[in-house]
Amino acid sequence: MSDLLSVRDLRIGATIFPPGEAPQDIEIVHGVSFDLQKGKVLGLIGESGAGKSTIGLAALAYGRGGVRITGGEVFLDGQDILPLDKKGIRNIRGARVCYVAQSAAASFNPAHKLGDQVIEATVEHGIMSREEAHKRADYLFEILGLPDPKNFGNRFPHQVSGGQLQRAMTAMALCSKPELIVFDEPTTALDVTTQIDVLAAIKNAIEKTGTAALYITHDLAVVAQISDDIMVLRNGETVEYGPVQQIIENPRQEYTKALVNVRQTKQTEARDQTDALLKVENISAAYGNGVQVLHDVSLHVPRGQTLAVVGESGSGKSTLARVITGLLPPFKGTVTFGDEELSNAQKDRSRDHLRRIQLIYQMADTAMNPRQTVGQIIGRPLQFYFGKRGAERKKEVIKLLDEIEMGQAFYDRYPAELSGGQKQRVAIARALAAQPELILCDEPTSALDPLVAEGILDLLLRLQKERQVSYLFITHDIAIVRAIADSVAVMLQGKLVDFGPRSEVLNPPFDDYTDLLLKSVPEMELGWLEKVLATRKMESAGH
Amino acid sequence: MANPLAGVRAARHRLKETHPLSVLIAERLGLSVLLLWAVSVLIFAGVEALPGDFAETYLGQSATPQAIANIREDLGLDRPITTRYFEWLGGVVQGDFGNSWASGAPVSEQITKRLGNSLFLAFFAAVISVPLAVGLGMVAVHYRNRIPDRVINVVSLAAISLPEFFIGYILIVFFAVQMGVATFPSTVYDNMGWSERLAAIALPTATLVLVVLAHMMRMTRAAIISVMSSAYMETAELKGLGAFKAIVKHAAPNAIAPIVNVVALNLAYLVVGVVVVEVVFVYPGMGQYMVDAVTVRDMPVVQACGLIFAAVYILLNMAADIVAIVANPRLRHPR
Repeated sequence: MSDLLSVRDLRIGATIFPPGEAPQDIEIVHGVSFDLQKGKVLGLIGESGAGKSTIGLAALAYGRGGVRITGGEVFLDGQDILPLDKKGIRNIRGARVCYVAQSAAASFNPAHKLGDQVIEATVEHGIMSREEAHKRADYLFEILGLPDPKNFGNRFPHQVSGGQLQRAMTAMALCSKPELIVFDEPTTALDVTTQIDVLAAIKNAIEKTGTAALYITHDLAVVAQISDDIMVLRNGETVEYGPVQQIIENPRQEYTKALVNVRQTKQTEARDQTDALLKVENISAAYGNGVQVLHDVSLHVPRGQTLAVVGESGSGKSTLARVITGLLPPFKGTVTFGDEELSNAQKDRSRDHLRRIQLIYQMADTAMNPRQTVGQIIGRPLQFYFGKRGAERKKEVIKLLDEIEMGQAFYDRYPAELSGGQKQRVAIARALAAQPELILCDEPTSALDPLVAEGILDLLLRLQKERQVSYLFITHDIAIVRAIADSVAVMLQGKLVDFGPRSEVLNPPFDDYTDLLLKSVPEMELGWLEKVLATRKMESAGH
Repeated sequence: MANPLAGVRAARHRLKETHPLSVLIAERLGLSVLLLWAVSVLIFAGVEALPGDFAETYLGQSATPQAIANIREDLGLDRPITTRYFEWLGGVVQGDFGNSWASGAPVSEQITKRLGNSLFLAFFAAVISVPLAVGLGMVAVHYRNRIPDRVINVVSLAAISLPEFFIGYILIVFFAVQMGVATFPSTVYDNMGWSERLAAIALPTATLVLVVLAHMMRMTRAAIISVMSSAYMETAELKGLGAFKAIVKHAAPNAIAPIVNVVALNLAYLVVGVVVVEVVFVYPGMGQYMVDAVTVRDMPVVQACGLIFAAVYILLNMAADIVAIVANPRLRHPR
């Protein structure tokens, strides 16, 4: 058998504990098969719940939580690893098959140095001596582009950045010279400009070491840069499986087509952007520890339009929203709403001012009281701002539920009974209930799967047309900006680096940082990564 | 700089960057001293506010207004409260707790022996309860949500729910009265041999162990479960490490701080909580000494006992804080 990894009719089950009911056994992967040759990369793609991580972990004969493999075979170099005893499986894990987790920050032990953790499995399995392993780790740190590779291993996890941790985790997986590495969304938690570096480092390391890889992600554009084959999964079943070129350029299944075509322009830019609803002028703000996070930011949101605020983590975009709501009073600058200047602190604002600006958060989960029903959650602002009660309130809530395309049936449900997309819709309805003129949307779609996110964006745009509400849309995703924004503000380290109509900001001539940001967004195109890296090299050679 | 405080703050900030650990520990020490001083004020004020009067209690039937006034003058009680407080505090700082009103002997001398007895009792309770609690906690985690875990939980919960005097009397009834295998009362004397002494404290030690066991056990269980469910334990498993090695190398260093914290809290309780147990078992420790002093309104003794209890409590908590600080790699190795 020439295949390194051969999975046959893999079935994976779990026991769930629905509240108030007896535990149930369910099947989450229904007979998946694939083959992977030595040195090749197979991309596993699908939305959450598709079973992609579960399948990846099956290559290490591991089930997370209550998950267990119930049927099928997993051949590693011709040997079925599922029937192996504990010791047999331990000899494979960390030696022949390694795992790179999504959150390297959580996956490293905070109490030990990075270097010791990187070589641990290699030394434990007797593959190399401690000195040899340290030498190999230093080499890996170097090819993964980590700073000061000789001393990098002496650092503790909290002393390095998220992107560096992710690369260190890749080094940890490569250290024992495994035959196969399972990458589980290794770049999902990173900023785009960091993601591209990590992606390039991983690709380079795979090519140099000749290891095979299973690359798990929900982002088709990312996986297209690194894979030889792609398998599209949905609800634990294979949707489509083939070479990367065929999947990207000639998808056969409807679902794959939808994934490829996601994120297209939804709205043309508004012509007149002068009628400002919200004006932010010369805002500077700092948190209690004295660290200044916003430096002299000025921008405005036109009435009935969308301003997208883009930037990477730490750029101050969420802080800007906190300043606008009054949760964080700025030490300098003013916020004007309509014709009135707003008080800096939220507690000094009138109820009417509070009503006219509403918020939607990234995590709808944590923004709702889990012990309240959907009806109570949406009804609360109706009662608070308009004094509506009883049957009248219920009628309004149901009207709002219809508007967000959910309907009366959800009135008595609890948040835990809703999917991620439905929760975000309820959060939108709660914001709408106050009849706001401006909604601050703080990454409302970044925790959602692409197709679900698209549904939310469509809903927001439709509501904007119907109600003339303005959005200040915070995001790190340029594709969303392209799809929905009228004007764009680009932020970097608390400063506004670019602001204007979408067509001006996203087209040449570019601001330097905006250019970098735009170029770092993976595109659904084969060879995109090489092209970007080549341009970068040329640019740095030119300087 | 306009604000003189700003300069101090900046200096502190600089120091924190270079020696974060020392600054944090120094802060803890400073806070502890401050706290102890605040407690001394509270104790003095509290004792002052106690109803009843030493002179009246002391004289009993023969309390004439003149006799009472004489005694008060002898003890200096006619002077203002602040004067007496600072006099007392000045003595305490030098290790002099004044003289007992009842016996006239220096409090420090009497208290040393009593404190020794109490610490003797608390020490044995700790030696038994800490390993037992941590061990049971680990067993409970190992059999999580299965029968051994439930049994440990229910039994320890029952033990913590009963007041210590009740547990004490039950132990006396069963082991001393009915079965006759234990000694009661648990009074110890200077010329007692080691084995006799140990036999005497068996029952009070058992009572104390039962009282503190549950809390430590449950916190150990919770701390270990929280560490075991973290992503780095999965990483260890996926590296092919054995369960034992993963626990020793990856779980233990992260579980130490919370466990030490609850252990210190319970040790403090052991020393302070002996009051009731000592009275039940007629054991000549600090607790009994304090209770006796309260009944006769012997204020210097009450104040001294209160302050020493507070000091022990603060000291152990500070020790737990410092261990937690030292065990945290973020503080040990700043960015």
